[in-house]
Formats: sequence, C-alpha cells, structure tokens
Amino acid sequence: MQSLLTAGRSVHLALGKRAFSSSARRWQAVPQEKPVLMKEFKIYRWNPDQPEKKPELQSYKIDLNQTGPMILDALIKIKNEIDPTLTFRRSCREGICGSCAMNIDGQNTLACLCRIDREGSKNTKIYPLPHMYVVKDLVPDMTLFYKQYKSIQPWLQNDNPPEKGEHLQSPEDRRKLDGMYECILCACCSTSCPSYWWSQDEYLGPATLMQAYRWIADSRDTQGAERKERLQNELSLYRCHTIFNCTRTCPKGLNPAAAIAKIKLELAVD
Amino acid sequence: MMSTRALGLGPALRKAAFFPNATRKQTMLRNIVAKRSIQIQSLPPSAGQEILNKQRLVRPSTPHFTIYQPQLTWIASIFNRVTGVGLSVLLYGFSIAYLVAPGTFDSAHVVEVVAGLPEGVKYAGKAILAAPFAFHSLNGIRHLSWDSIKFLSLKGAYVSGYIVLGATAISTVALTLIK
Repeated sequence: MQSLLTAGRSVHLALGKRAFSSSARRWQAVPQEKPVLMKEFKIYRWNPDQPEKKPELQSYKIDLNQTGPMILDALIKIKNEIDPTLTFRRSCREGICGSCAMNIDGQNTLACLCRIDREGSKNTKIYPLPHMYVVKDLVPDMTLFYKQYKSIQPWLQNDNPPEKGEHLQSPEDRRKLDGMYECILCACCSTSCPSYWWSQDEYLGPATLMQAYRWIADSRDTQGAERKERLQNELSLYRCHTIFNCTRTCPKGLNPAAAIAKIKLELAVD
Repeated sequence: MMSTRALGLGPALRKAAFFPNATRKQTMLRNIVAKRSIQIQSLPPSAGQEILNKQRLVRPSTPHFTIYQPQLTWIASIFNRVTGVGLSVLLYGFSIAYLVAPGTFDSAHVVEVVAGLPEGVKYAGKAILAAPFAFHSLNGIRHLSWDSIKFLSLKGAYVSGYIVLGATAISTVALTLIK
C-alpha cells in the first residue's frame, strides 16, 4: 500500500513538472512530510487503587512533529493515544485557570504555558507540584492550600460603605493592586518554597500571603489592621526567609516575595 | 417481550409507536448504544468521604528538593543557613570551651598552636574560616536591603546574588592572604 502511494505521488510530480496544460490541482505543492522527532517524557505515576505500589516514573515516547508546542499538548496526546489512565488537571490551556500547574524539568510552571524542549536526545521529567499529597498521578491535593487562602478572608471588608454607588479609588491606589490581583492561585509559588515544604501546616505560603497583602494594600478595605494582626505571629508570615523561589517560578510573572517583604515592613513599622 | 427487554429495546419500541418515522431509527440506535457492557457499582454520596479518607491514609507526598532545579535563589539560601550555623557553632563552641578550660583556650595558646602548623594548613584553615564568614556577612547585607524594600525584583535578587558571590570570592582570597 505504501509503495502504491509513493508511486502515485511520483507520477503526480512528473506530470506536474512537464504538463503545460495541467489543471490547477496538479500545480499544488506536495505537502512536505515532517521527519519523526521522538522525545521521551518521564511522568510521575501513582494510583490510589494500588497503594502498595510505590510511585514511579513512567516513560512515554511521542513524535514531537505530530504534537502541539506545549507540554500540555504532549500530555493530552499521551492520554489520548498511548495511556488513557494518565491523570492530570487541565482546563483553559491558555494560562488563566491554573489547573495544569506541575513540576516540569525541575521547575514549577503551568503545562499549558511551558514549551516542549525540542532536544530529542534529552528526556523531560514531569512531576506533580512538590511536597503535596498525591490524589493520583499529577493531581495533588489542594485542600490545605485553599483553606489557607480562605483563612485570610480574601474579600473586600469595609465597615463604612458609601451611601450610594460603588467604592471609589484613585488611579494611584488602584495601581498598587497591579501585579497582585492577577494571581490565578495555581500554587506554583507556594509549592516551590522550601519554607512551605517544611511547615505548610502553619506557614501560609507565598500565594496566600500575596493575596493577604492584596487586601491590606487596597484603599477601599478598612480592615487592614485586623488583617495584619492575624499575621503577627511566628509562623504565618515570618517563615518567609526571602528565598525568592516563588518569584523565580511564577508562571504569570508576579512577585510574591516583594509583597511579603512589604507586609513584613508594614508590620515592623506598625 | 423478554427479548426486547434483554436488548433494551423496550423504551425504543414504545417511543417508536408515537414518533414520526424519520426519528425512529435514530432513537432506536441511541437506546441500543446507551446500554453498556460495563458493570458499575452504585454507592451513596456519603460513601465518598470514606473512600477519600482511606486514600488519604496511604497516599504519598510528592518529591521536593531532590527533583527541584538547583537555582541561585534557594541554593544561596541553604548556604546562608549552613554558614550561619557553622559560624555560630564555632563562636559558641570556642566561648564555652574557654569558660570550661580557660588555661587551654586563651589567645596566647591558640596563637602558639597555629604558629606551629605548616604553611599549607594555615592557608587552608584561613580559607575555610574566611569563606563562610564573607558569604554570610555579605549575604546578610543583601537580606537587610530586601527587608528595607530594595532589590526586590527577580532581576534585583539575581544581580545582588551574583555580586555577593563575586565579593565573597574576592574577600576570601584577601582574608586568606592577610599575614
């Protein structure tokens, strides 16, 4: 069958070259076949239905020239074509939902925003977010992370709302929130933080702390003093040792380390 | 009748009696396809929590520093901690030793012992003391500037990190060469 097809193509080409009165279809370029570029992906697997089996890296090889450009495309291709049991979170595939956060080649990032390294000889290792409990494969348990976010009361609190209409804010005050409100809570930063690894039961972590500062810095919020009071203890905030892993890894280019440093300064001059 | 029930055709045939002819075949097909051969177990919603709790008892924690890419950020932080602990141990160790045995650990004795060492050991010892001291002090300045809201960008963190590393190398060499 293959030889028949190639034979047919060469006849087609030959006709295209000499034919004077050939039809438009014959003049069309023959689509160039892309070379096969195999790459190995090593992916962390753990199945809750077989808990006695230790977590392991499973290897998958796919042709990059038949795959989209991003790591998420590779994962979806593997799930569709090789192993439907591979489990991972994904939703928007454009870096706004934060579902596909994982550790790719040693760095926490969003699979949908991370390009595949096209070096075929090097494999790419994909782990779940570090130091989290596994639900299955690349899916970590985010319960504690969300509880911590809830604990900072992430909503506008104002005991003196305007009589009519909305809360007004000067452009300068609004600008203070830039670089903080864009956080999508993907947990890349928190799970890259060694302090959070060692004491995540008590330390809030960069993502939650940046959101805490997002409300402290908001001119429309009147509960700033109470918000700061809640952080005034040894562990919630001060476990941050300004390591900067959070800022280094943020897939949205935000700076949690700076926000935490600002909270510390505000608490110090209080 | 038995056979229609076994095949799952009952609803389809019943509906077919009322539906116009055009949709008949489609409806019948859908009813047959919808019947699957897979057996699923039906559980009440309350069972979910129990299954989850069972899983929670056995599930592993994902790997962390063994798989995380070495970066200037956290590697420098580890060395800041290690050098700080090392220097503290040396200071407290020496002070306590002096309290316990002031005769052996006073300045005159220490100078005497060090003077008797071969040249190579002297330089190595000085370098081993100088490097952590220089790094910890200079990185301390970096931390103080962060605490006063300076160099807080990613670029600031990296540039200041490389400056500290360079300055540590220079100061270590300088401190080692002091006679």
